[in-house]
Amino acid sequence: MRRTEWQRWSGILFAVPWLLQFVFFIIIPFGGSFYLSLTDYRFRGAPRFIGLENYLDLFTDDSVFIRSIVNTIYYTVVHVPGVMIISFFIAILLNQNVRGMALFRTLFYLPSVTAGVATAMLWLVILQPNGLLNQGLGLVGIPGPRWLTSTAFAMPGLIIMSFWTVGTTMILYLAGLQGIPQHLYEAAAIDGAGHVRRMWHVTVPMMTPTIFLTLVLNIIGSFQVFIAALIVTSGGPANSTLFVLLYLYRKAFLTFQMGYASAIAWILFVIILIFTLMQFVIARRWVYYEYEEAE
Amino acid sequence: MSRALTGPTKTARAAAVESSATIRTVRARLLRPAGRAVVYLLLIGGSAAYGFPFAWMIRSSLMSIDQFYDDPPPLFPTEPRWENYAEVWNTGPVLAWIINSSIVTFLGVVVLTFVSALVAFGFARTYYPLRDVLFILVISTMMLPGHVTIIPKVIIFRDVGWLDTLLPLTVPMIGGSAFFIFILRQFFRTIPRELDDAAEIDGASRLRVMFTIIFPLSKPALATVAVFSFITNWNDFFEPFIYLNTPERMTLAVGVRFFQAGLYDQPQLHLQMGISIIAVTPILVAFFFAQKQFIRGIALTGMKG
Repeated sequence: MRRTEWQRWSGILFAVPWLLQFVFFIIIPFGGSFYLSLTDYRFRGAPRFIGLENYLDLFTDDSVFIRSIVNTIYYTVVHVPGVMIISFFIAILLNQNVRGMALFRTLFYLPSVTAGVATAMLWLVILQPNGLLNQGLGLVGIPGPRWLTSTAFAMPGLIIMSFWTVGTTMILYLAGLQGIPQHLYEAAAIDGAGHVRRMWHVTVPMMTPTIFLTLVLNIIGSFQVFIAALIVTSGGPANSTLFVLLYLYRKAFLTFQMGYASAIAWILFVIILIFTLMQFVIARRWVYYEYEEAE
Repeated sequence: MSRALTGPTKTARAAAVESSATIRTVRARLLRPAGRAVVYLLLIGGSAAYGFPFAWMIRSSLMSIDQFYDDPPPLFPTEPRWENYAEVWNTGPVLAWIINSSIVTFLGVVVLTFVSALVAFGFARTYYPLRDVLFILVISTMMLPGHVTIIPKVIIFRDVGWLDTLLPLTVPMIGGSAFFIFILRQFFRTIPRELDDAAEIDGASRLRVMFTIIFPLSKPALATVAVFSFITNWNDFFEPFIYLNTPERMTLAVGVRFFQAGLYDQPQLHLQMGISIIAVTPILVAFFFAQKQFIRGIALTGMKG
């Protein structure tokens, strides 16, 4: 290679480690999973090509799969707005100018750092019939339901649990709030706007890019909820908390229907992709980017 | 506009003249005693609600299993059973789990951070024809949900004999993490190029520029990435759970699940809480020491790993 050609391309050497990872651990498995979804592969022997049969079976002949989709949508529809509203209020609270704020921020954020199997296990204890949640409800005179063994309350139980780990969304809102220029509030105050109107006409519009970001991230996350259902409810009772990813796990790694499970993986992937793209299209109508035109 | 001229009182108009004073008046609204009391009340109530479950975790780990089903259960066990922890330690291969998690987490902090920084440097400071296309590719892989690739990965790792070892968790680290590459590349680009140019005129190679200028100036960003990596690798569950089957070879997160599903016929909630506390303690310690880096990382980049 001539020296100039070498100079032109040598920078790509820095990307080589990532490219190796991309080929072996991302693109080959990604393509492989689509291929497997068109086969009846069961972890032993050779995959046999069966076209779209897995997909057809899933949609026409598998009520458990449909149930898992419905459950996932139910979870998403309550979990995402709930997390966003709760995080927004906490962020406003944490943005006040009072002493000891660092400690409060830490306490609100802590559950999110530790989120995982161990804290799911904790909620298994909290949601027991006479666990912490029902003890707390008892204090205010509400008889708590049997969260883990009732088909009506298992899902709300998991959703309440999800409201404990709102830290990431909360920190994003806090950063967004702190990025709003103070002069906008001054101008609004001079114009006679009170707390509520300043919130509605300054804070909310200025926060729309952050709100949009957290909406996208939370929806993507809630389609992939797994640990909560695996640890706390095992998908039950009577499949009432069986999420798509848990169903995928069971098909792939408990009954080893890997072709079938790959089709589930691709359906979930396409749903997430469509949702995300759709939001970017709709976002143009409601998200306000202050410096859009300057850029 | 007309309201601004006629509406406000004299004091408000005077305040508008000095903007620093105005900030004080706007802030002052929040600091009135009554308002401040409400803020404190909400803060204390809310943070107690978010913090209290951790206390409950400790409390529950010190009970006997029968006490979970007492009505009402004890608020705090009168005779805390510290021996539960000895039982946890002796029942599962806890030490092996801690060692395995430490290996993965250590490599995550050192190798993953270093390689990500190396790749990020390439995207920030070199130019070649396909560079921007490649960078978009890196970012788009962040959007790819892990479940789409997991089944073929299991098959590949089975074929090379890596299942039930730590290799599927550690070997891919040599490629860095797309998320970390993204954070670091953004940070490196904020460092003035004049610094590189000056060093290059003095005859420094590109690698030398990276090690002596860019990395030292990026300590805060590198620290943020290292802390992220610590926490995500220690907590990581989905992939290890699928790759690891033999108890001695599990990571701690998978071990916690093993306590629930692999050891007993009846739930042993007190022991499950004990192992859970062992699992979260390093995270709590890391977070208290490094919360600045961690929160800054989320705020700067807009997402968590």
